[in-house]
Amino acid sequence: MNMKVRQMGMTVRGLDYANISILLTDEEILVQHTTRDFVEAEVLPVITKHHRQATFPHELVSEMAALGFLGSNLPAQYGCANLNSVAHGLLCQELERGDSAVRSFVSVQTSLAMYPIYALGSEEQKRKWLPAMARGEVIGCFGLTEPDVGSNPQAIKTRATKTERGWRLSGTKMWITNGSIADIAIVWAKDDGDIIRGFIIEKGWDGFSTTDMHGKFSLRASVTSELIFDEVHVPEQSQLPKAEGLAGPLQCLNQARYGIAWGSIGAAMACYEAALKYAGERIQFGKPIASFQLTQEKLVWMLSEITKAQLLALQLGRLKDRELLRHQLVSLAKRNNVWMARECARLSREIHGANGIIDDYPVMRHLMNLESVYTYEGTHEMHTLIMGEDITGISAFE
Amino acid sequence: MNICVLLKQVPDQGSVFTIDSDETWVQEDNLVFTTNESDNYALEEALLMKASKGGEVVVCTLGPDRASQTLKDALAKGADRALFLRDDAFDRLDSLGAARAFAAALRDDSFDLILCGLQADDTGEGQLGPMLAEQLSLPHVTLVVQTELLDGCIKIKQELEGGWFRHLEADLPALLTIQSGINKPRYASLKGIMAMKRKEIKQVSAADLSLTTGDLTPHQILKRLYVPAKTKETQFLEGSPDEVVAQLVEKLANEAKVL
Ligand SMILES: Cc1cc2nc3c(=O)[nH]c(=O)nc-3n(C[C@H](O)[C@H](O)[C@H](O)COP(=O)(O)OP(=O)(O)OC[C@H]3O[C@@H](n4cnc5c(N)ncnc54)[C@H](O)[C@@H]3O)c2cc1C
Repeated sequence: MNMKVRQMGMTVRGLDYANISILLTDEEILVQHTTRDFVEAEVLPVITKHHRQATFPHELVSEMAALGFLGSNLPAQYGCANLNSVAHGLLCQELERGDSAVRSFVSVQTSLAMYPIYALGSEEQKRKWLPAMARGEVIGCFGLTEPDVGSNPQAIKTRATKTERGWRLSGTKMWITNGSIADIAIVWAKDDGDIIRGFIIEKGWDGFSTTDMHGKFSLRASVTSELIFDEVHVPEQSQLPKAEGLAGPLQCLNQARYGIAWGSIGAAMACYEAALKYAGERIQFGKPIASFQLTQEKLVWMLSEITKAQLLALQLGRLKDRELLRHQLVSLAKRNNVWMARECARLSREIHGANGIIDDYPVMRHLMNLESVYTYEGTHEMHTLIMGEDITGISAFE
Repeated sequence: MNICVLLKQVPDQGSVFTIDSDETWVQEDNLVFTTNESDNYALEEALLMKASKGGEVVVCTLGPDRASQTLKDALAKGADRALFLRDDAFDRLDSLGAARAFAAALRDDSFDLILCGLQADDTGEGQLGPMLAEQLSLPHVTLVVQTELLDGCIKIKQELEGGWFRHLEADLPALLTIQSGINKPRYASLKGIMAMKRKEIKQVSAADLSLTTGDLTPHQILKRLYVPAKTKETQFLEGSPDEVVAQLVEKLANEAKVL
């Protein structure tokens, strides 16, 4: 029966143990196909080199933009593809099956730079920036984290002082993805009344500079920078009018976390697929290592966790499209799915033996990337505490 | 410039194939289906022609319900509308029957060009294009590796055997069968995918096309499908050169009986 249904409809490419395809629409599946084909043909052949050299794959940006990957879930009137949440999720999954750095680039552009302008900006700001950002002509970044402020963003020190003609911005942001390649930065700062405000800061403005952070062992194909604001004059029309308080940046982070809940599944799939193939080919004691029960248990664990994560992410997407998604559920999925992906990467690394540590195989690259993903967009621990507060009514972090 | 592209849905070459119990086809339950490779190049060639000359690209397939996937994929890539020849009477046609069905469906549309792939990856016959051209009394060129549209005609580079090529010119309307590699097929863009659901897939039956049982009766029947039985075996002779020679002579004399 199942098989019959499966045969009639479209199916996703690759891993789909629980036949999730039958829960997806044709459009969602076609988005998965396009992204998978793109990643196979354009990302995988170049990513190892970029990872090794710690360079950002600039050459991918124009084609990703042409295909509609940037701001894909925003409305058509701003030049975007208007994907639903599940299709957007599948896009993230497939990109991160390539590399977390590529997915991070797209997530930051989409959820942390375009989305704040879309959700918190004026109509003029939206028309000015969103179509150009969808075309990849303007790259954005998101500056919340500071040298002394990570998990507790309420404590940011960057200051926006009101002036006659706008604002004066001073402070430092750290760990900013796309920082030095960005044409605009969405920057969060406190006003004179200690209320967090958002600003669109443009590259080249007086007093605004960036420096790249080097020596990363993770997300090596992603640019991570420090942003320095030394009394930068910000015109009034560059303030996001609808952003007031911590809710502003958190609303954006929620969008990005949703994408990570899907993206991490892609990284896990890549590790599982590599492990299954390797286990079938590697002969020890006269037989493939896949024939040993200990190896099988690892493969089964990975596949089980990936399948559960797929169903969780899908449910999240359906809720999101019906505007029923509570942010605590996003925490649940970000926390669970990144954790399981990190565990999958480790198990896959074990199965690969010594080959697991070399970049002929994708596993160590994913394993190292996932260390960042585990920490950014709210650490694993912070999401535990968010859920803990939700179910007990007691906040353990404030 | 109105162009029709014929597409066929075939099993993905990465599938695991099992021959079904009546030994006339493969079990389809576990197969993943995809658009025939050279058909993708034909579609891309049509979309490129549309981009430079305007007009309409219509995609057309014949197959079971699942074959609509191939049409949707083509619509997402930029085809304007689709024609789906769907009828139980179309199951297991031979190339001539399929050519007759396509001819009936396409005869009244005045296409300037009909493009199809060189051959279908499942049956590997490569006959449909030429047969359809004959049915429609159109000139046809197979194995096309380059095209250039001129006024009322098309310049074509055709691949021949042994690294030879031939340059031809055909009057329009015409039918071409396209070789893989002629261009770089596009990915469906996300906007194209979202636009797909607003495009028409018109389904037509044998009755709609006034096709009779006689038109569709196969003249060629697949009797038996099987994995070739192993008939030859390589043997490795071991030992010193003298021993190996002795063994070889013995085998040539007694097993192969050539000495
Ligand atoms: C590659 C990369 C890219 C990034 N990109 C961006 C970006 O584009 N924009 C941006 O704004 N930021 C970005 N970040 C920063 C990221 O969001 C922060 O690193 C993250 O929020 C954690 O902050 P922290 O590193 O200061 O850790 P800390 O907050 O100092 O936490 C250190 C440890 O203490 C734990 N901890 C902290 N508080 C508690 C508590 N109350 N209870 C229990 N445990 C606690 C944490 O879980 C963690 O394990 C990026 C980070 C990385 C690594």
